[in-house]
Amino acid sequence: MEEVTSLESQEYFINMGPQHPSTHGVLRLLLSLDGEIIRKVEPHLGYIHRSIERMCEYDSYQQIVHLTDRMDYLSCHINNEAVCLGVEMGLEVEVPERVKVIRTIISELNRISSHQLWWGVMGMDLGAITSFLYGFRDREMITDIFEETCGARLTMNYNIPGGLMFDIHPNFQKRTKEFVEHFKKTLPEYDDLLSNNVIFRERTVGVGKISKEDAISFGCTGPTGRASGFSCDVRKHDPYSAYPQVDFKEILAEEGDCFARYKCRIDEMWESLSIIEQLIDNIPEGDYKVQTRAVIKLPAGEYYQKVETARGEFGVYIISNGAKSPYRLKFRSPGFSNLSALNKMAVGGKIADLVAIMSTIDLVIPDIDR
Amino acid sequence: MKEIIQYFKDIAFGIKSLIKGMRVTGHYISRPSKIITQQYPENKETLQMFDRFRGEVVMPHDENNEHMCTGCSACEVVCPNGTIEIISKRVEMEDGKKQKIIDKFVYHLQMCTMCGLCIPACPTDAIVMSNDFEHAVFDRSQLTKILNKPGSKIMPGIK
Repeated sequence: MEEVTSLESQEYFINMGPQHPSTHGVLRLLLSLDGEIIRKVEPHLGYIHRSIERMCEYDSYQQIVHLTDRMDYLSCHINNEAVCLGVEMGLEVEVPERVKVIRTIISELNRISSHQLWWGVMGMDLGAITSFLYGFRDREMITDIFEETCGARLTMNYNIPGGLMFDIHPNFQKRTKEFVEHFKKTLPEYDDLLSNNVIFRERTVGVGKISKEDAISFGCTGPTGRASGFSCDVRKHDPYSAYPQVDFKEILAEEGDCFARYKCRIDEMWESLSIIEQLIDNIPEGDYKVQTRAVIKLPAGEYYQKVETARGEFGVYIISNGAKSPYRLKFRSPGFSNLSALNKMAVGGKIADLVAIMSTIDLVIPDIDR
Repeated sequence: MKEIIQYFKDIAFGIKSLIKGMRVTGHYISRPSKIITQQYPENKETLQMFDRFRGEVVMPHDENNEHMCTGCSACEVVCPNGTIEIISKRVEMEDGKKQKIIDKFVYHLQMCTMCGLCIPACPTDAIVMSNDFEHAVFDRSQLTKILNKPGSKIMPGIK
């Protein structure tokens, strides 16, 4: 009989996804495991690829805007804004102050609603259904504001090149103020329910660390990068719309672990609330759009516009040859770059840690695949 | 000794944090009026949608079965998905002139993304977005709709 000399385990592979509830969509991760310790994570993409960039080459500039709703659907207004700002840059059109302020307010509302959904889903990933219901309760008020002013709850398509599709609803200011009052009371509940919870802390503090150097080299932006100390807020460094006139601070953390990323997003919600408060009473009078031609033709050239979505830096790179649709259009999506750092964060941890890491990166799969 | 004290401190912190969380849920259990859930299929009669909600494209007709569509195809051109298809015909009017009018205004609901670009594109405001959001049907062919009612005419005076 052969003698067993050691209890060395063998590396093996399992698939996480494409139909796994904690991947938030159709993302397939090929995990290389040693027992329960992760040795390598390999994301496999393409399950929800719709060739949006290719479709843009056949659409007019007004039609492109609604396609960006379908990428990062949780910050659709900010995506729309990126395309519109890019086209306006090419046309050399200056939009009225009113448009800038309204765009900024709705962008910040959109950021809050995205973070609320992320907060609820993150709790659920870690086994707390309560937070899911609380997150959606507050998000409901924002989607109502969107529905009343923009006409849809999720894929709003409110921006058009040159301004907004229609003026804000008369109730918009009242409802937004109501929401800000309400959310100021309920946001501390988030801390009571999850941030200070002992089980939650055990599962996030010190888990999935990434250093500042790695975050920069992987191109992590948004709260994922800022939690590692990488100052990358486009609103601060390359301000657009009404951000130059508002006073807010960029949330930075040093630890780079799951809890730092969590804390960054919670603090960002406070900052967004303060931005909305500064602007909501000061919406200037004026037109809600500048009249552009029915067929927009950008002068031949290259245009790049970046904005800060709820997940990070979103860029639109338009190459025009003077025709009515772009020659080539490239989207720089934050989710794709943030996902590339997943391997670095997860190696050495357990599978349960991977779920927490994926939650805190806040992946939206249609944004990654496009 | 230090570790033992820290151990019990951690336990105390843990219990305190759990009680804090339970206090929030307890607060809402004892105050059912703060719950905002809508009982959807039951409240169908009283459900009020917002005016701007984009449900589907409809073509309003007046009491004489007349619509305002001239068949200019502006909405067909601006639609990103090929949702709208206008089949027009040429008819001889009473004064002997030939005029182009719509035969069928075909609307493929299954392809529509509710982007709302067709509504501002229409020069005569012939189409609007309705608030109806219950689009589920049993057969796909039912989603292809003809928006102009049978026998309908264009409103006089609309060019």
